[in-house]
Amino acid sequence: MTSLFEEISPTPADEVPVRQITLTVNGQRRSAVVEPRLLLVHLLRQGFRLTGTHIGCDTTNCGACTVLFDGTPIKSCTMLAVQTDGHEVMTVEGLAGPSELHAIQEGFKEEHGLQCGFCTPGMMMTSKALLEENPNPTEDEIRWALGGNLCRCTGYQNIVKAVMWAAGKLDGAGGGENAETEEVTS
Amino acid sequence: MTALDEVKIGGMGASRRRVEDNRFIRGKGNYLDDITLPGMLHMEILRSPVAHARINSIDTSKAWAMPGVRLVLTGEMMASRNLAWMPTLSYDTQAVLATDKVRFQGQEVACVIADDPYIAKDACQAIVVDYEPLPVIVNPQQSMAESAPVIRDDKVNQPDNVIYDWEVGDKESTDRAFAEADVVSKLELHYPRSHPSPIECCASIADFDRATSKLTVYLTTQAPHIIRAAVALVAELPEHMIRVISPDIGGGFGNKVPVYPGYVASILASILLERPVKWIEDRTGNLISTGFARDVYLQGELALRRDGKILGVRMNTLADHGAFFSDAQPSKFKIGLIHSAFACYDIPTAHLQARGVYTNKAPGGVAYRCSFRVTEAMFFQERMVQAAADDLGMDQAEFRRVNFVRDDDFPHRTPFGFLTDSGQYAKCLDVGLEAIGYQDFLKEKEEAAKRGRLLGIGISTMTEPLGAGNSREYDILGIKMFDSAELRIHMTGKALLRTGAKSQGQGHETTWAQIVAHELGIPAQDVVVEEGDTDTAPFGMGTYASRSTPVAGAAVAMVSRKIRAKARKIAAHLLEISEEDVEWELGRFYVRSNPERGVTIQECAAAAYSNMPDGMEPGLENVAYYDPPNLTWPFACYIATVEVDPETGVWDVLRVVAVDDCGVRINPMIVEGQIMGGLTEAYAMANMQFITFDEEGNCIGANFTDYLLPTAWETPGFELHEVVTPCPHHPIGAKGIGECAAVGGPAAFVNAVMNALQGTGVRNIDMPVFPDRVFRALQTREDIGGAPPVRAEV
Amino acid sequence: MSPAGCPRPEEEPAIYPSRLKYEAPRSLEEAAALLADGGGDAKILAGGQSLVPMLKLRFASPEMLVDINELPGLGYHQRDPDGTIRIGALCRHASLEASPLLAQHQPTMMAAAPLVADPIVRNRGTLVGSLCHADPQGDWASVMTALDASVVAHSGRGRRTIAIRDLVSGPFQNTLAIDEIAVEAVVPPPQGVAAGGYLKLERRVGDFATAGVAVAIDRVGNDVVRAGIGLTGVGGSTISADEAAGILVGGPLSAEAIGEAAELAARAAQPHSDHRGSADYKRQLVRVFTRRLLSGLMTSSEEAA
Repeated sequence: MTSLFEEISPTPADEVPVRQITLTVNGQRRSAVVEPRLLLVHLLRQGFRLTGTHIGCDTTNCGACTVLFDGTPIKSCTMLAVQTDGHEVMTVEGLAGPSELHAIQEGFKEEHGLQCGFCTPGMMMTSKALLEENPNPTEDEIRWALGGNLCRCTGYQNIVKAVMWAAGKLDGAGGGENAETEEVTS
Repeated sequence: MTALDEVKIGGMGASRRRVEDNRFIRGKGNYLDDITLPGMLHMEILRSPVAHARINSIDTSKAWAMPGVRLVLTGEMMASRNLAWMPTLSYDTQAVLATDKVRFQGQEVACVIADDPYIAKDACQAIVVDYEPLPVIVNPQQSMAESAPVIRDDKVNQPDNVIYDWEVGDKESTDRAFAEADVVSKLELHYPRSHPSPIECCASIADFDRATSKLTVYLTTQAPHIIRAAVALVAELPEHMIRVISPDIGGGFGNKVPVYPGYVASILASILLERPVKWIEDRTGNLISTGFARDVYLQGELALRRDGKILGVRMNTLADHGAFFSDAQPSKFKIGLIHSAFACYDIPTAHLQARGVYTNKAPGGVAYRCSFRVTEAMFFQERMVQAAADDLGMDQAEFRRVNFVRDDDFPHRTPFGFLTDSGQYAKCLDVGLEAIGYQDFLKEKEEAAKRGRLLGIGISTMTEPLGAGNSREYDILGIKMFDSAELRIHMTGKALLRTGAKSQGQGHETTWAQIVAHELGIPAQDVVVEEGDTDTAPFGMGTYASRSTPVAGAAVAMVSRKIRAKARKIAAHLLEISEEDVEWELGRFYVRSNPERGVTIQECAAAAYSNMPDGMEPGLENVAYYDPPNLTWPFACYIATVEVDPETGVWDVLRVVAVDDCGVRINPMIVEGQIMGGLTEAYAMANMQFITFDEEGNCIGANFTDYLLPTAWETPGFELHEVVTPCPHHPIGAKGIGECAAVGGPAAFVNAVMNALQGTGVRNIDMPVFPDRVFRALQTREDIGGAPPVRAEV
Repeated sequence: MSPAGCPRPEEEPAIYPSRLKYEAPRSLEEAAALLADGGGDAKILAGGQSLVPMLKLRFASPEMLVDINELPGLGYHQRDPDGTIRIGALCRHASLEASPLLAQHQPTMMAAAPLVADPIVRNRGTLVGSLCHADPQGDWASVMTALDASVVAHSGRGRRTIAIRDLVSGPFQNTLAIDEIAVEAVVPPPQGVAAGGYLKLERRVGDFATAGVAVAIDRVGNDVVRAGIGLTGVGGSTISADEAAGILVGGPLSAEAIGEAAELAARAAQPHSDHRGSADYKRQLVRVFTRRLLSGLMTSSEEAA
């Protein structure tokens, strides 16, 4: 849906290369006109206002920007927006179903797998992809899969527990308690 | 009537799942960079590539000419508005944008404000600066040399690079103790420069509204009120026309307490352009210019009696503060609370001499879960203790037991002047030793040695002061370090709580409500907690140095009690009895002689709006400002076991045991989360995190390729245990906890590696204990230091 | 970028690339033509896990990016009947990490794949791209060196095969012509049974190697008939420790030969001292890793000997 108004700069810039792209974001088809140099993470955050994907470094190390590209975790700060033309992107905003959270989201809350929450979307996207490929990972397999996502707050131990909780729930084996219960003690 | 179950209503002791998580797990956090204001512009900073140089000229003409560029700020422009320099939280001054010289690599030189950050970056690249290099100082020894250039030649009465000299303790009696000692154990250490590096960098949005003359600043700050005071000072705007809003913060760890040049520049830009200006720091800017941590040298000595008793402690510390003294720390203590060292041991006499110097590096020092330099104190302490036990040929645990303050010896005054009020240090150690299987491990180590394998066990025990602090001794820039809580009970018994703290992941929205539930019996889920907006929050000094539970948490308890006191009067009125006959149990007042008759707290709340006693002011709300009588004294025992590969120097952690006493635990789940986070940082500091400099002052460690943070793969698992000694003066018996593991943890890892090298004659390897340092130590049988500069062979 | 692979802050780092043009050709011919027209100012974008970071830091500012990710049929890795292994330009590190083919037939590559960068970067980064990027810290380069591999380059003028040791002319400099695209890496068939491994000291996942050693041997019966040793991160570019490898050929592995090979490999290394360690230390790692890898390959009969 285009806006009814677009301001034009009084000093016309030199010819700026732009491209039109069409991608699916969280199941929804979206089109945009972008400069090729625009990073995917900026398209998501500034363009589409999906601010759940975060930026934490400038050398492709921290993984806070992790999203799913055709179902595979990638670092959206290291992909150009133009490269998503014709592809599917899923961000943390697309994790939950229409009426309930994804088991991963529940698991992170249940097992205290987050503190400041900044690395959490990236952690959850990587974890989702992991569980789809490996529904019952061991602790080592989880730690290995998360090697591209940095956290400063939790020390990772509860993140591992969160993923295992989610694995248990997705597996139908009962997982943990109802995630929304407040009174549950550790 | 059955009493309420406190755990069920989310009171103290409940591992209540976090309220904050609801938005974070949906990607609906409200971090600084998520905020967009109408008409907002973007600011980028041009940083100095050199560490020490005169600025001959700055040519911004090409930047101004680029389409989309709105403003280019230089130091000269700021100087004409008296804003090129700003006061720091330590009574020094810091350059906002460089004018005469640049004094560290990465220093802010110019700013571009443009329509979008890409253009701002393009324009920064087009600015041409002519630098004339000057000799560079990268360590304190160079800084104090006779021929050293004066870095702060901008200051009057600054003839050299010394910032302060400070001392505490009793030199004479300590000298006597050393003269009488059977053995003197010495150690020289460098606690290297590290950086808190939260995953979210610093950022600000300054929004000056000309129509209302009000400045609103959105800021990644752990201390919004301190920022408001600082801005009022620096920008000379009236305090009531400044609003600081600290939204969700992606980690603080002390990195987000100081006032940074980017904040000030964005504020000026907004005032000049009358539009919101956003500044988002990139990771390199964060690592190269914002508040680093540590960088302190120690020469330490213990005077020992042959049976293991410590007769005296001597510490000589040298702190590298970088180019500006900008730390946030209590003003009376130049080197923070480093003199809290040895507080858990019964030491007859001690003397500490401390000096701080300028170097051509980023400013800072006090940060990263340090409790105001207590990380340095406890690391130095436990490394010295380990060396002393080894020097005497004594068992590590036994040596500590000989010296611990006894359980019945409180209150205890340390030779450096602290007053500890409680502790069970020997029990804490015993729990740790039992958990790790101490004697079994020592046997295993011996067996392994026969096969050429190097195993090691490291112990670290400590008590630390958390909860700065009482108004007699603690202030920052003259402002006392109390904190506050304001509680309003609505007529349906739901509540709104605001405090002067600011969570960056500690879970205050969850835990403060638990205190209210404990005091008033209102279910925690009925209490909404807000922090961070200086227009609505009561004045507080913010969240860092693990001070929030000790101070703001206490304020929450106290304001709840004030409300309960008023509610009691209302209850008496509703029950038509005198106040003396009213009893309280969780959530309910009742008639002492007829307990069946009572009113709930919710009924009292309703009555405060609809059925007040004659002469009583309506409503049910109050505020409490809490000036803590003393610091709290959590204590801990951390034990790590490692195996060292003698051929490569690589060391692997086998097990980590942590025993923590933080008094009464509000939310055990959150407490454990804090401990695990701290242990990870301890491991990171011991193993890999390192910011250093080459001879030209180039910063090595200014991005995540060089500055290494551990991933889930390297980070060990942690086994947590607890001891509970309630704090005698805190209203709910709680102590601080957030930083304990980062304070006590590093020594456990380093002691473990050194223990594995026992018998080689190596007494110290500076952190980070890189594999190549371990290897070199094994080859040369010599101690390995790690101070800058890093030398590279060509 | 400095030879050590660490961006230096004096280069004015950023997260925003410079302005550039972009094309996403649908055929190899189109891609080659774009490169030819670009006159050296066009760069191929494949995985992007090395190139995009350089764009962001503005260490690279090409005028045009030629994105080959949409080219069909390049994501393969396969084994020919004669045992040759071919890896297409768009074969991601992650495919190699999970490859049953490599697990069965190519132990050196199998050992290295999990150690490249981090798991998320491995989802996009490509082996061929990594070779072309010519980072002296690159893991695949020493693996391919140990395997005597080559790279196939395609242009409007045809195709040619470049031996791995001729592909790199300096740090981050390859010998491809400005109009050439690397389309495939080729690992020659083993001359017997392939054995090997890769060891690397990284202080954390994703760290550049302090040092790394790739070992690949082919055995006929008990005798080693071919050997290759590649060294990561201990010189201006990947080092082929030929003398060390040569010692192993002609008989079964023995503790003596292994010891000598380890020594020669250490001597072949030309490391710099830096914040990862001294030159001596890096040589020590080469020595120890070479020895451990080869010792781990000894059969029980070799051990008994």
